[in-house]
Amino acid sequence: MTMLPQLIFGYFAAVIVLLSLLVITRKNPVHSVMWMLLLFFHIAAMYLFLNAEFIAAIQVIVYAGAILVLFLFVVLLLNLKEELEADRFVGSWPVAVLVSGGIFLGLASVLRSFVIGRQGSFTVELIQKVTHTKTLGLIMYTEYLFPFEIASLILLIAVIGAIVLAKKRMRSH
Amino acid sequence: MQHYLLIPFLPFAAFLINILFGRMLLKEKAHWVSILAVAVSWVVSVMTLLDVISGKTLNQDVYTWILSGNFRVSVGFLIDQLTAVMLIVVTTCSMLIHIYSVGYMHGDSGYYRFFSYLSLFTFCMLMLVMANNFLQLYFGWEGVGLCSYFLIGYYFDKKSASDAGKKAFIVNRFGDFGFGIGIFVIFLTFGTVYYEPVFSQAAGFATKSINFLGYDLHLMTVIALLLFCGSIGKSAQMPLHVWLPDAMEGPTPVSALIHAATMVTAGVFLVARCNAIFSLSELALTIVALTGAITSLFAASIGLVQNDIKRIIAYSTISQLGYMFLACGVGGYTAGVFHLYTHAFFKALLFLCAGSVMHAMAGELNLHKMGGLKKYMPVTYITMLLASLSIAGIPGFAGFFSKDEILWLAYSSTNPVGKFVWLIGTLVAFLTAFYSFRLIFLTFHGSFRGTHEQEHHLHESPKTMTVPLMLLCIGAIASGWIGISNLIGELVGIEHLNWFTGFMQPVLGHPEGHGTHAEEWGVMLISIMAGVSGIGLAYYLYIKRPELPDKIMAQFSTAHRVLFNKYYVDELYDLLIIRPALWTAKNVLIGVGDVRIIEAIVNGVPASIGGFSKQLRRLQTGLLQHYATIMAMGLFVIGAFMLLRNW
Amino acid sequence: MVPLNWYLILSAAVFSIGIFGFLTRRNIIIMFMSIELMLNAVNISLVAFSHYLQDLRGHVLVFFIITVAAAEASIGLAIIIALFRNKNTVHVDEMNEMKG
Repeated sequence: MTMLPQLIFGYFAAVIVLLSLLVITRKNPVHSVMWMLLLFFHIAAMYLFLNAEFIAAIQVIVYAGAILVLFLFVVLLLNLKEELEADRFVGSWPVAVLVSGGIFLGLASVLRSFVIGRQGSFTVELIQKVTHTKTLGLIMYTEYLFPFEIASLILLIAVIGAIVLAKKRMRSH
Repeated sequence: MQHYLLIPFLPFAAFLINILFGRMLLKEKAHWVSILAVAVSWVVSVMTLLDVISGKTLNQDVYTWILSGNFRVSVGFLIDQLTAVMLIVVTTCSMLIHIYSVGYMHGDSGYYRFFSYLSLFTFCMLMLVMANNFLQLYFGWEGVGLCSYFLIGYYFDKKSASDAGKKAFIVNRFGDFGFGIGIFVIFLTFGTVYYEPVFSQAAGFATKSINFLGYDLHLMTVIALLLFCGSIGKSAQMPLHVWLPDAMEGPTPVSALIHAATMVTAGVFLVARCNAIFSLSELALTIVALTGAITSLFAASIGLVQNDIKRIIAYSTISQLGYMFLACGVGGYTAGVFHLYTHAFFKALLFLCAGSVMHAMAGELNLHKMGGLKKYMPVTYITMLLASLSIAGIPGFAGFFSKDEILWLAYSSTNPVGKFVWLIGTLVAFLTAFYSFRLIFLTFHGSFRGTHEQEHHLHESPKTMTVPLMLLCIGAIASGWIGISNLIGELVGIEHLNWFTGFMQPVLGHPEGHGTHAEEWGVMLISIMAGVSGIGLAYYLYIKRPELPDKIMAQFSTAHRVLFNKYYVDELYDLLIIRPALWTAKNVLIGVGDVRIIEAIVNGVPASIGGFSKQLRRLQTGLLQHYATIMAMGLFVIGAFMLLRNW
Repeated sequence: MVPLNWYLILSAAVFSIGIFGFLTRRNIIIMFMSIELMLNAVNISLVAFSHYLQDLRGHVLVFFIITVAAAEASIGLAIIIALFRNKNTVHVDEMNEMKG
């Protein structure tokens, strides 16, 4: 039974990588969005696995529920037929393979020298006892109150900005 | 102390007022400010002279100008006998010439400009003579040079005038270069540029020598000759005399003030001021004496044949300046300064008279177009005649006393070249009398040779011009009376008649002359004879036998041509200095330095940047992915670098 | 117990795939999705760190990242709409006004 977490992780990890690749390689953007939806659910599950229920919920609600729907809307504006006939990659994609591969190797090589730092006070038991949402809320509204307010401001700007940008211009000239 | 400050700074204030407000506000009244300022300066100068006569000399700093380590210079004033005399000379001439200019420059478009420059010149000249250190002297020295440049080129729309201004400025550079180095050497030697410590310590360095490029040179000789370099330039001595005749392009009052009475005598003043240094070097004194003697003969001989009325007087000035140096060179600093003082009056007067003639002749300068002006302009004629008698050394006039003193000192001097320079001096006295009276006779006697239009226009100058002439005439006659030789004093039974020598003794020392009374009488007699015979010859040639000069000219055409062309010195300089310099400038500096090096750099750098940018431009494909790829590469490279560094 | 490094490798892999997608796809919408992928990769590693260090700050950071991602997606998609309206294309290699 000791192998169970590893097995579960292995499953999720494999699926996440696979889905990521599918997202970026599908010719049809609608398919990409669909695979991404599945990907976000898997990531949310992984968050649960890491004792972060609130984040998992946010992941589903915000990413899957809001952002992806937005993507879907935009994709539906496009002419899919034309899209399916066009090239999916730019001409310089082999360079991109090298660069992204290099960055992956770089990041992976860093891990060898990784050392775990000082342990914090939020043990798994504590979080399970108080619940994740409440502990997160306690930190968010005390220590991170100011950034929290800024985040709300960013969202406000995003709302206004999106409206201004996407609004159909009156032909004034 | 305070009132001494008025002397230089009032003219300076007048300069500022005139240059700032002259064009808009003062216009035709610009002269009032300048004349008022210089008149007050004159009054204070007279008070200063009286103070000095009563024994009150002064050496005081007013304001620290430069303080750097142990190098300290201040604006300071040294008021002693020499300064007091110079103050009188400068302010008197300046004041009278200011007044004269009111009439002479009347109606000129740059009226305010003329007076502001004149005031600035007066300020600089006064700073020069009142300085108590070499650097302030240098300041004044360059300041008067600058004003001289402004005023020679006053009619700057005339090419010959602006060229003459440039010539004066550039030729003076040569002299001032030596002068500047001289000041450096003084600072190097004495550690200060103040007169008082330098002159009092100079004797201690009498035997010191300085190593220059492996040669041991006598230190005091080096300093004296470097200072004399400046004097040669400023006082237009050989070989830097070429600028002064050309400087006559300026307005005549300027010629009178700057190029006769004051600025050009600054060189003599410098030698007299530094007599403590010069006296320590026999060689330097000999060079000074020979330079003066040769220049005076040289210039006088050119003056014999010139036809331009102002140029004759200019060569006469060079010649008389040579006389002053001759005096200094044989140790007679007092005599030199005395001649400076008398010369200022009669030479300024000669110039102003010439200006008056020009005024009447509508700018005509050629002697052969004049003649018979006596009856049209009596005041000018009489004053000019008196000035000429003075310069010719006729007994009783100012020039006689100073010239006689110089000749006697040269004759009796212990210097080995003394007798030689005396001989030249006497010859020059003869020549001077001759050309001065040639000028008088050709201008004022005989019949008028100009056009009818000019004749119709002839008139005496206005009062503003004739009154200064008369006042200066008093100076030209009487200024010499304060230095009447003791010899004459003994004759009439007054001891120490030569007040001037006694007055100057604390500053300039007592000249040493060795000779008997008989010799002294002899020298005096010879000099009088030289003057009288010069006048007589001129009378014979130009009044009695007017046809003779042309015959003589034809007989000695080569000599005449050489003299008329001023010994071809200008042509020689043109060939030796100007042409090679222009050639170098054109072919080396412009051809190689400018075109090949500077322009190559100036044009090459932008061109190569442009070329490089053109290549770099191709990176800007405008494709988002390319930028992103480069960014990611950068991320990768930085990460890799950090990793490898820590490995 | 799953080692921390496994999560980090996973995170690195997803991140690299995101980069690859961003650098290669012509469709600007897919490029945007690649950015979301990269953000998620970072989120995974942050949550993993938080878990292993018993510290909730990582979660807070993830929370903010999701906020910013939402804002960025909305603005970005609005830009795409504006772009599409003017250019009538979503292919980035057809937009090269910045070419020097």
